[in-house]
Amino acid sequence: MLKRLALTTALTLTMAFSAQAQEPRRGGTIRFTAPYAASFVSNDSHVSNQVQDEIYGYALHRTLYKWDSTNNKPVLELAKSVTASADGTVHTFKLRDDALFHNGRKMTADDIIWSFTRLMDPTKNYPGAAYVRRVKGAQEFQKGEAKEISGLKKIDDFTLEITLIEKADPGFLFRTALTSIFPAKEAQEPDFFNKPIGLGPYKFVEHVPGSRMVLERWEKFYQTGKPYADKVVISPMGEAAARDIAFRNKEIDVSILGPTQYVAYQADPNLKKGILEVAEVFTRNMGMNPNFKPFSDKRVRQAINHAIDSDLIIKRLVRDKAYRATGWLPLSSPAYDKDMKPYDFNPEKAKKLLTEAGYPDGFEFEWTATPNESWGVPIVEAVIPMLAKVGVKVKVKPVEGSALGGIVAKGDYQAYIWSNTSGPDPLTQMKCFYSQTPQSACNYTTYKNPAVDKLIDEAAATDDVAKRIDLLKKANGIVYEDAPVWFFNYNKAVMAYQPWLKGLQPNATELALQYFEDLWVDASSPAAK
Amino acid sequence: MLSYVFRRLLQAIPILLAVAALIFLLFSVIPGSFASSQMADGRTVMDAEAVTRMNQQFGLDQPVATRFVKYIGQLVTLDLGTSFRTRQPVWHLIAERLWPTLQLAFASMLFAIAIGVPLGFLAALRPGSWIDMVSMVAAVSGLSLPKFWLGLMLMYLFALTLGWLPSFGYGDGAMKNLILPSIALGVAPLALLARTTRASVLEIMNADFVRTARSKGMSERRVVQWHLARNALVIVLTTVGLQFGSVIGQAVVVEKLFAWPGLGSLLVDSVSLRDIPVVQGCILVIVLFFLLVNMLVDVLAAIIDPRIRYT
Repeated sequence: MLKRLALTTALTLTMAFSAQAQEPRRGGTIRFTAPYAASFVSNDSHVSNQVQDEIYGYALHRTLYKWDSTNNKPVLELAKSVTASADGTVHTFKLRDDALFHNGRKMTADDIIWSFTRLMDPTKNYPGAAYVRRVKGAQEFQKGEAKEISGLKKIDDFTLEITLIEKADPGFLFRTALTSIFPAKEAQEPDFFNKPIGLGPYKFVEHVPGSRMVLERWEKFYQTGKPYADKVVISPMGEAAARDIAFRNKEIDVSILGPTQYVAYQADPNLKKGILEVAEVFTRNMGMNPNFKPFSDKRVRQAINHAIDSDLIIKRLVRDKAYRATGWLPLSSPAYDKDMKPYDFNPEKAKKLLTEAGYPDGFEFEWTATPNESWGVPIVEAVIPMLAKVGVKVKVKPVEGSALGGIVAKGDYQAYIWSNTSGPDPLTQMKCFYSQTPQSACNYTTYKNPAVDKLIDEAAATDDVAKRIDLLKKANGIVYEDAPVWFFNYNKAVMAYQPWLKGLQPNATELALQYFEDLWVDASSPAAK
Repeated sequence: MLSYVFRRLLQAIPILLAVAALIFLLFSVIPGSFASSQMADGRTVMDAEAVTRMNQQFGLDQPVATRFVKYIGQLVTLDLGTSFRTRQPVWHLIAERLWPTLQLAFASMLFAIAIGVPLGFLAALRPGSWIDMVSMVAAVSGLSLPKFWLGLMLMYLFALTLGWLPSFGYGDGAMKNLILPSIALGVAPLALLARTTRASVLEIMNADFVRTARSKGMSERRVVQWHLARNALVIVLTTVGLQFGSVIGQAVVVEKLFAWPGLGSLLVDSVSLRDIPVVQGCILVIVLFFLLVNMLVDVLAAIIDPRIRYT
């Protein structure tokens, strides 16, 4: 595991170094792909929670914070500095005074307040509301009990005070394109979203729904000398096989690879040179419902973890495009515990644990799964004979991807298999195992353990970052021991890129999300002119 | 004729309402909702409160019967509702996707007619010959080829290997972008047209009026032109009509594969995200086209063949 991590880091650093070693070239077109199934939802970045839409949002818009992929943490973007109150709830931002919208108007605190207030519009249910609701008064505003969000206060045009309802790092709240800052006055014009403007490095040119989004360089972007390319064209291409041909045909500059293509690209000496791998913050797991009697016993859940040969499945089915999970928090989490060992594949031990739990002959359960190749029915089918060897029978309940979340959030399952976000903020993620977190709000296995609660409370209260990380590591360790889920793997995101594309960032939150101002193409690109 | 057209249009109304009811009921019973689809990526958390708010916003908290009455009421006023995910009117979304789908459907049918009909004719005029054998084997193959696989093979050959055409995308709607998806979509109707044409020509060749024409000394060219072609055309035209309606529906796979911005890809996206108003709107528009094209075909058939009379 450590070898793999070291290799990934080395690859990333090598790539970053080689990109830095060359002088960025201005001009040309970056031909990016949005590799997931759906088209862009609309030109309004606030309405969609899909990664697809966030991809163009990173070119067109800006947020209060951005994700620093190299150091794996959020950093200020639209503010120059921030100071926090002693209790960690009031954050005063000194905003940039050089951030211009694409119509040339300077961004002020009013634009941020308006954008965040828009996200809490009670009639719209914007997905970004999940972040802004942590601001004091936001929930009251959403319920119609207040006319404005009390926790958003303009001190002057370039000073903004944000009061949160509890101590939290605002960097984890206001960094995604879902909380993009729109121009307050202009965005209220009826035809604004026909040609939206933002604060990002590229201006909107056109959107052909289902086909492409075209953006061009914003000359007055606040980062001097950036962006480098003249144009960015982003094409939604959900079909992996079609994307593969387009990539090999040099029509696109990047492609996200699935397990099958990962093997093929690694086997090709030329394609192999352009592969970026990142341990993303997603943990693939089988959640077990404690209301289903056998799963209420920790020994049964541990037995499941011992009965499955996870390494074999990762190697054969996932084609090594994953890292073995050794806890909930993934490799790229600051609270990842490198000393933790995975459950060993030990059917004898599993059998013994089942016998101790009162199931010497095993039992049968229903496993809800989607068709997903990396964490769905194909994986379940591989696990079935392994569990059968210890007497546990599985009845597969196939469901569509769009139905799984609702089923799990309602607790309408005995077991499910899913890929859940497990970062980047370890505190937020460990709260999914906090007893007071409702099942619908990510405590999907209704996990309860007073020791974990105590550690999470202490982690949330401390200002000492190292201590917080240590507390969360301990909480993660207890959760692992309690085994509310089968800890399967952490996703290894793989991006293939053309040799002429430079400046890619190893973004562990989602590799497809790239800050386009750092990307550039050298003269060998077919779209260099 | 006008009264016939009017009557056919009136007949389309209950069909459309029945389809609308069917889609509505289907999406009321299948698992999953727009709210749950938002969680599909494993990143988004939708707590119970957010789900309730979302269901209220879209009226999904109301009983199915109430929603159905409201939906039919909207439909009667030609209001297809508002998309859950884009918050835009469904008509607007369909309008911006309709032209690319029609482009694709027309191009694929043009390809199918241009090759399929002459091929079927040639095969029928020389039954048992190598042309007949080859064309019919090709027709059967064309009908059996999965569009997804065929599309990939076309991309591989014409884009990656030969470098003649782009492998994906709409471009500016230019011909070079249209060729590969049109072929991928047009091969199945081509095969069907070839078989139908062959069968109908063979049948007509043995008809009494053709024998009479030949016995009266009419030249073979005139027999083919005036009797065979004209009579076979009615059947071919009916097949074209049915196939035109079908290709709009079948475009779903091809549009997704080639990143073609049509109704098909909008429909797929909307189904997976349970954007029910858009799904309903797309299917209704596809059905409407199917009905209209078939009505047009019936009218054209009457013009071509004076024996057909619609009352």
